[in-house]
Amino acid sequence: MKLFDTFLTGLSTGSIYSLMSIALVLVWRSTRVINFAQAGQAVLSTYVGYEIIVRTNSFWFGLIAAMIAGAAIGALIDFFFMRALFKRVKSGPIVLVAPVVATLGLLGIIQAITGFIWGLDNKSITPPVTTGGFTIGDRTLPFGPLNLLIVVAVTVSLLILAIIFQRTNIGLSLRASAFSPEISKLSGIKVDAIRTFGWALSGAAGGLAGILFVSNSALNPNAMDVLLVFGFVSAVIGGLDSLIGAVAGGFVLGMAINFAVAYIDTQMIFPTTFLILILVLLLKPSGLFSRSKGRRD
Amino acid sequence: MTLVVNDLTVDHGSIRAVSSVSFTVPTGQLATIIGANGAGKTTLLRALSGLIQPKSGSATWQSNSILNQPPERLARAGILHVADGKSVIAELSVKENLSLPTLWQRDKKSAKSSLDSVFQIFPRLAERINQNAGTLSGGERQMLAIGRAIVAKPKLLLLDEPSLGLAPLIVEQIFQTIKRLQTEMKLTVVLVEQNAMSALKIADEGIVLNLGKVVAVDSAQKLLNDPAVKAAYLGF
Amino acid sequence: MQSRFDSARKRFIAFVLLGWILLLISDRVGELRNYQGAFVAMYSLAIACLILLTGYSGQLSLGQGALMAVGGYSAALTATKLSWHPVVALIMAVLVAGLFGLIIGFAVARLSGPYLSGTTLALAIALPSLANTFPSLGAEEGIIFDVGKAPTRFGEAFSQYKWFFWISALAALISIWLIANLLASKFGRNWKAIRDNQTAAALSGLNPGRLKVTAFAISSAFSGLAGALLVMLISAVSPSAFPLSLSFLILTGAVVTGVYNLRGVVFGALVLVVIPEIADAVVTSLGGSERLTSTLPGFLVSLLLILAVLFTPNGPGHLIHFRKKNTKK
Ligand SMILES: Nc1ncnc2c1ncn2[C@@H]1O[C@H](COP(=O)(O)OP(=O)(O)OP(=O)(O)O)[C@@H](O)[C@H]1O
Ligand SMILES: [Mg+2]
Repeated sequence: MKLFDTFLTGLSTGSIYSLMSIALVLVWRSTRVINFAQAGQAVLSTYVGYEIIVRTNSFWFGLIAAMIAGAAIGALIDFFFMRALFKRVKSGPIVLVAPVVATLGLLGIIQAITGFIWGLDNKSITPPVTTGGFTIGDRTLPFGPLNLLIVVAVTVSLLILAIIFQRTNIGLSLRASAFSPEISKLSGIKVDAIRTFGWALSGAAGGLAGILFVSNSALNPNAMDVLLVFGFVSAVIGGLDSLIGAVAGGFVLGMAINFAVAYIDTQMIFPTTFLILILVLLLKPSGLFSRSKGRRD
Repeated sequence: MTLVVNDLTVDHGSIRAVSSVSFTVPTGQLATIIGANGAGKTTLLRALSGLIQPKSGSATWQSNSILNQPPERLARAGILHVADGKSVIAELSVKENLSLPTLWQRDKKSAKSSLDSVFQIFPRLAERINQNAGTLSGGERQMLAIGRAIVAKPKLLLLDEPSLGLAPLIVEQIFQTIKRLQTEMKLTVVLVEQNAMSALKIADEGIVLNLGKVVAVDSAQKLLNDPAVKAAYLGF
Repeated sequence: MQSRFDSARKRFIAFVLLGWILLLISDRVGELRNYQGAFVAMYSLAIACLILLTGYSGQLSLGQGALMAVGGYSAALTATKLSWHPVVALIMAVLVAGLFGLIIGFAVARLSGPYLSGTTLALAIALPSLANTFPSLGAEEGIIFDVGKAPTRFGEAFSQYKWFFWISALAALISIWLIANLLASKFGRNWKAIRDNQTAAALSGLNPGRLKVTAFAISSAFSGLAGALLVMLISAVSPSAFPLSLSFLILTGAVVTGVYNLRGVVFGALVLVVIPEIADAVVTSLGGSERLTSTLPGFLVSLLLILAVLFTPNGPGHLIHFRKKNTKK
């Protein structure tokens, strides 16, 4: 029974990790940047969603607002910031460090601004369904309507993303620009615009992850920091380049953490994260779903 | 109505890769640029297709300047650059590679028909339509790279060493196709080659580059027979 | 040969002079400045370690805090549980952290770019929290680390903070001197070679794996010392002394310094200590709210970080133009 319960909680944690992981992979694929600012983008989008929920009393409007805000913030960051960064920092060993540092700096700025506007205290978002667990007979599961909502919302958005990527022209442009910006440009694709679109998609995914995550906990400027770390680790486990890998990584990590907490100790969350990561990377140094190695040496 | 390159200079940092290069390719002609490794051929083509910014000079195509423009705009205007090293996206299928230039074309019907014409020219691609480009043979990949450019309805085709790493028989085949494209589709072609002999045989005009400078420009026929050029630059 | 010997000698003299000047200064300034000076020294060392690891060997670590934690815990355990002399505790920090770095280095040497960053990031959050699971590590309350008072021969007026400063500055000076010599040696050149082009370096006979592990171990050893100094300055070691933000702070310092050059470490460290002060001053002059107080320092540090990468990506006053052949896709 405990096994099954843990599996269920793992499912819902894993799906949120997957979403964050996808948000990071979308940007990595298109820009080759690990976007640490995503934790800030997601928090800011979630605050926008929170304001809408407070004003309209509708969780759903808030959710949509958060996604739209996320997309807008993502696109703006790429358009005004990342483009300038890549123009300035083109060559030399700094290329390795600059994007990481720049997005970390951006994260700090966004968090400071959200902290200044909304304060550092916890805000809460009332989910549209009860947070309790389903009951079977006389047993209450650690999995309730809210968890179900999360799993369904994540599954639906993953399906939409899959359709965009595999079945649409813009999806093909996204993939082509990710694999080879140069060939894409030479084929007439506006790679810069496509890249900005990738950031927008990623921002929307982050906004959704944010509002779902917070509906189960609390909202403050640092609320997404841990989620970012889990999302990043999931993405790395999955191989960074692959959307399927991102999802798989999210679930692997979600399950591992929940099982470690249930069967070993509640303090095991972070040590487990590290252990799983290092195990996967020892076996496959570029993640579970990485494709042909050395493609962009 | 020609490609006119005038006094073009391109630097890579402190290295001067192309210095004061001038030449003209009349519409419908096939010009080949030959020269040893590091002569600056690739750099020259990359400047013409907008991938790098030149230091100075000018280049016009049909009287419009083509320098310092985004490559995607030039591609949409019919200036198609097939980069060196079998430039295909290995992770995408043959069909997806070929459809890249149709993604932005409004006229879907004509996009379809140009796709068909590629399959006519390269029937082998039609047989491998759903295969990943990474699994193609070297020759097939080069066909795919050229095919992708054709789908975009080129007016000016810039080819960078299509013969690189291919067996002589395949090279022959590819060069014949290039010649056919030029005459049938009335293309203007700039063909960069190390394989000077084969290139000069199909070309109308030859430009010999050495250490970034033009050292000889003449009709391909003359260059083929010029003993001085032969000895110094063609190595045969 | 001769000239390298000369420059090594010059470096030695420069460090001795610097040390002398610092001691003179410490006599002239107040308690708070001495305490802050001790922090500057500690940060300088931590930044130097990151520069060695990232700027030279090309391994971007987001987990320097974890390496510092290993050193901090080793020192505190040695001094408190084993009751050994504080100096032994500091040496212990170097040894244990170095060994730890060696092991981790072996595990991560094959990883590149974001995979390495991800692993070190996970390490930075995982390691300190591990302390909570072992009661012997003191859990949240932590373990005391007391280096004791200054020897009486320094006189009555010699304060605890000044003593902190002396220890911190001396340890940092010696370590940074060692690191500077290392970076100027064959090791430094080989690290740069694998950073710039690993394949080419391997072809020319270098062993990238071994070089990376060495860099990781050395960086870790000295980071451990920095961690021990940090623990000394705040008197006790606990998980909360090594938050993720510490790792990011060190990275900020390194970027402001210019990741590829050791020369500005003190400047970078100074910035880390000065910014909160500036923020405080700004807030008071604005008659500021609590919100401003709590968000302004973070804002300033982040802004500085961004301005630094945008405008002096290779470090202030050090605008080397480094060319690398564009990788052809
Ligand atoms: N990205 C770059 N950075 C620095 N130097 C470069 C770069 N690309 C080319 N070069 C230099 O410019 C010169 C010309 O190179 P280019 O690639 O244009 O020659 P090429 O004629 O195409 O040679 P090949 O026949 O070998 O392809 C060479 O000396 C080369 O080293
Ligand atoms: Mg070339």
